[in-house]
Amino acid sequence: MTETLPARTYPFSDPDGLRLDPLYAQLRAQPLARVRMPYGEEAWLATRYEDVRLILGDARFSRAAGVGRDEPRTRPHLQQEGMLSMDPPEHSRLRRLVAKAFTARRVEELRPRTRQIADGLLDTMAAAGPPADLVEHFATPLPVNVICELLGVPFADRHRFQVWSEAIISTTSLSIEQIQQYMDNLHGYIADLIAQRRVETDNPRDDLLTAMVRARDENEDRLTEHELVSLAAGLLAAGHETTVTQIPNMVYVLLTNPAAWERLRADPSLVPAAVEELMRFIPLGVAAAFARYATEDVEVGGVTVRAGEPVLGSVASANRDERVFDHPDELDFARDSNPHIGFGHGAHHCLGAQLARMELQVALAAIVGRFPDLRLAVDEAQLPWKRGMLVRGLLALPVAWGP
Amino acid sequence: MSWRVQVDPEVCIGSGICAGTAPEQFELVAGKARSRRETIGPDDRVLDAAQSCPVEAISVRDLAAGTDLAP
Repeated sequence: MTETLPARTYPFSDPDGLRLDPLYAQLRAQPLARVRMPYGEEAWLATRYEDVRLILGDARFSRAAGVGRDEPRTRPHLQQEGMLSMDPPEHSRLRRLVAKAFTARRVEELRPRTRQIADGLLDTMAAAGPPADLVEHFATPLPVNVICELLGVPFADRHRFQVWSEAIISTTSLSIEQIQQYMDNLHGYIADLIAQRRVETDNPRDDLLTAMVRARDENEDRLTEHELVSLAAGLLAAGHETTVTQIPNMVYVLLTNPAAWERLRADPSLVPAAVEELMRFIPLGVAAAFARYATEDVEVGGVTVRAGEPVLGSVASANRDERVFDHPDELDFARDSNPHIGFGHGAHHCLGAQLARMELQVALAAIVGRFPDLRLAVDEAQLPWKRGMLVRGLLALPVAWGP
Repeated sequence: MSWRVQVDPEVCIGSGICAGTAPEQFELVAGKARSRRETIGPDDRVLDAAQSCPVEAISVRDLAAGTDLAP
C-alpha cells in the first residue's frame, strides 16, 4: 500500500526564523506521512512525540541498516561513517570510550571556568560599548573555548578549525568539494595533535584527546586510528556548532518575549528550567534528519512500517505535541514536567547534552545578569538567518544596552 | 548470576541510551529507566550501557569480587 500514498515534499517550507511549519500540527492528527526529501529515497515521517520516541529508542530501528542505502536527506553528500551510522554493540564500543568525559559530574567541574570565560567575554563587550554582535563576541567564543579546553585543542587555532567545522552542518552552504576539503583539513589537523600527544609520553596532558590516544595505544582493538581521528574531529566540530547556534537562538527568543526575559531577570533561579523550555520550544534542526531503518515490520502511528523502510522523526514536532505538553506553542518556564527530546532519544542521544546544558545555563545567567536591559539593536526583520545548514540559527545578533 | 544491576530513578533523566544500547536489560517505564532483572551473569553490553549513562544512574556491582564496575 506504501507505493500508493502520495509523498509530500520535505522539508515542507524554507526555514523561517524559528517558526515551525503549521503542517506538523496537522500531521500529528493523522497516521504517519510519506515524504520525499531533496535527495534520497522516500520515507515515512513521524510527528507525534510517542512515535518519534519509538523510532529513536526502539532496537528494531537501525542507523547501521542505512549504510549503503540512498538515505533521505537535505544534502547531496552521504555521511555514513562514525557513531551515528552504527548500532549497538559496535556503536557502544566507541560511545563508551568518551562518555565518561561528558557525564553530569564531570561537566560540573567545568562550570566555574565556563562562567569565568563568559564573564570575561561580556566584560570585553561592555568595555567596547553597544552595539555588539552577540554571535561573534560571545556565542561563538564561549563554547569553542570550552570544547578546546576539554579536548586539549589550542584555542589559538580556532580561526582555522571554525571554518572547517561548518562542513559538519552544511547542507548546501558549501560545495561537496569544499565539504570534503574541510573534513580532510580537520582530520589532518587532529592527526597532527594526536602525533604530538604520542611523543609527549614523559609529560602527558590531562585532556580528552590524551585519554582517547591512550585508549587506542593501550588496546588497538578498542579503536582504529581512523576512528580515533574521526571521533576527535567530530567532537571538536559538533561540540561547538550546535551550542554556538543555540545560545543566540535562546537570547533571540527571550528578547522577543519581554515577559519571559523579565521573569528570568527577576528570578535567575529559573535559568535551568528556562534552558529546558527553550530546548523544547526552539526547533534547532531545519528538518527531521538521520532516518532510522526498520529491521522488521513495526506498527508506528497507525501504519505498518515494513522491514527495510526508512522513517524520519521530527524532534521539533514531538516537542510541540499537545498530547504531552499543555499549551505547547507557548513558552512556559513553570511546566511541572518537561520531557522534551531536544537532545534526541535512545542510543544516539546527544553525547554532549550535559555539557551543552551547562554552557547554556552559564550563558543565559551571565547575559541576563550582566545586561538586564539588553535589547535588539536592529529591527527583528533585519536579523540575518543561516541558510543551507542542518540547523536554524542567526548569522549575527546585534544587541544594545544602557541608555 | 554474579552481577547486580540497578538504576537510580532519582538520578535517571530518561535519555533512553541504556534501553537503546542493551534493551534486553533496560526498559523505560513512565520516562525512567529500569533494570529488567537485578541479578545477571557478566554481560559486556550491560557495562556498555552503564558507562554510557550521561548521569551515571546505573550501578553494576560484581557481587563475587565485591567491586563496583559502574559508574
